[in-house]
Amino acid sequence: MGAGHAHPLHLPGTSPVHRLSPQVKVLAAFMVVFCVVATPRAAFATYGGYLVLLAAVWVIAAIPPGWIGRRALIELPFVVLAVLLPFAQGGERVDVAGLSLSADGLLDGWNIIIKGTLGVLTSLTLAATTSPRDLLLGLQRLRIPATITTIATLMLRYVEVIIGEARRMRIARVSRGHDPRLLWQAGATARSVGRLFLRSYERGERVHLAMVARGFTGAMPALDERPVPRLEWTLGMLPVAVALALVVGAWATA
Amino acid sequence: MSSSVVAMHISDGIINAPTSAVFGVVAAGGLAFALAKSRAQLDERTAPMAGLVAAFVFALQLINFPILPGVSGHLLGGALAAILVGPWLGSLCVGIVLIVQALLFADGGLTALGLNITNMAIIGTAVGFGVALALRPLATRGRQWLIGVAFISAFMNTVITSLGFVLQYTIGGAAGASLGAVLISMIGLHALIGIGEGIITALTVGAVASSRSDLVYLLRGAPQHTRTAAAAQITPQGSAS
Repeated sequence: MGAGHAHPLHLPGTSPVHRLSPQVKVLAAFMVVFCVVATPRAAFATYGGYLVLLAAVWVIAAIPPGWIGRRALIELPFVVLAVLLPFAQGGERVDVAGLSLSADGLLDGWNIIIKGTLGVLTSLTLAATTSPRDLLLGLQRLRIPATITTIATLMLRYVEVIIGEARRMRIARVSRGHDPRLLWQAGATARSVGRLFLRSYERGERVHLAMVARGFTGAMPALDERPVPRLEWTLGMLPVAVALALVVGAWATA
Repeated sequence: MSSSVVAMHISDGIINAPTSAVFGVVAAGGLAFALAKSRAQLDERTAPMAGLVAAFVFALQLINFPILPGVSGHLLGGALAAILVGPWLGSLCVGIVLIVQALLFADGGLTALGLNITNMAIIGTAVGFGVALALRPLATRGRQWLIGVAFISAFMNTVITSLGFVLQYTIGGAAGASLGAVLISMIGLHALIGIGEGIITALTVGAVASSRSDLVYLLRGAPQHTRTAAAAQITPQGSAS
């Protein structure tokens, strides 16, 4: 894919993390986040351990912490939810800076913030070190049906085309006095969405014909598959082993 | 994207690990079923058509609309996709959008992927299409009727999708907030989102029906005018299928 299809969360590089087989990285990311989610909420040191683990991966992958930090703001809406819990919940109250807060609510709020944050940071690390193409290849090698990965590939190929069309339609509307903040102007937005659907669907029909003309029979040709060297699996599963040790340790001491 | 999106995906840590794993299996089974059904519907056209419809759903989720002052939501698109391309292709596309968002855009937690797919791609699309199918005799009466049916199914899609979250929260909510409070706030919020979702879905389906009613899956089998009839009214006696 050309440069226009690079997605904003990918940070191209040649570090060992970038070069690791995508299926190893996808599996490792899922397993690490599962360990994080399974950690008891009051095991503060364990969460610090996860952060050190992620930081170590960033150092190896040469990802600047600021780069990750700016993109981690995605999860800000959840922080709002978590901040409300200490006020809304019942149970034992504690005084923090003159406010009477629910102790249970504080822990729950912390639980949501820290797990959500570590989850987003892990996803960002995966996205930063894996190009969309590699990621879909990795999913296919993890035995996800080829039709799903083909659909996802086509989606990623065309989503920017369609977003570009939507953007041009929006600019055309706004330059004619449309103000999409107002709900009673939804008619114009909806007609554009209808138009966008027709364009997408008809483009799908054209893409299908173009694929048939090039010999497409409903399945993509099989890719050259080489088994992943054992060393790569060992390296990729190293962070998972650390996370597993952390979560087991947290439950043992809880 | 707006800085204050509320119609958001579940993140990691809100639902505990065992529940997330169970719903991961539910989601995988549901998507596999939807995939088999869409293959039967589209044969070798599945990949390109689903790819473009998924790209459409993806673009759709970038459209924000206001709910309350300073609060906006974005479309889920489940009911819209189901009415336009059918429930199988619709849920498959919404599911793939959610997978790509979680893996490439860090939107929605990795462990919550099964929860999000179950809610939005499976429950949401099934409810949206189920309501539309139940009201199909009304929808084929005319364009105004079709628009009304689309509104109701999109509204129900959004509200029931939020009930999916409440169910998961009941089974494995990590925070101890009382169930009643969660239920009321989720339904209240999603009823408001559902109105916006309903209006956009209804008008979009109306716009598609007036220029290419042959592309509206819900109306398949009903007598229709050709695509050249610009402001086509769907014939009132259409109920055969």
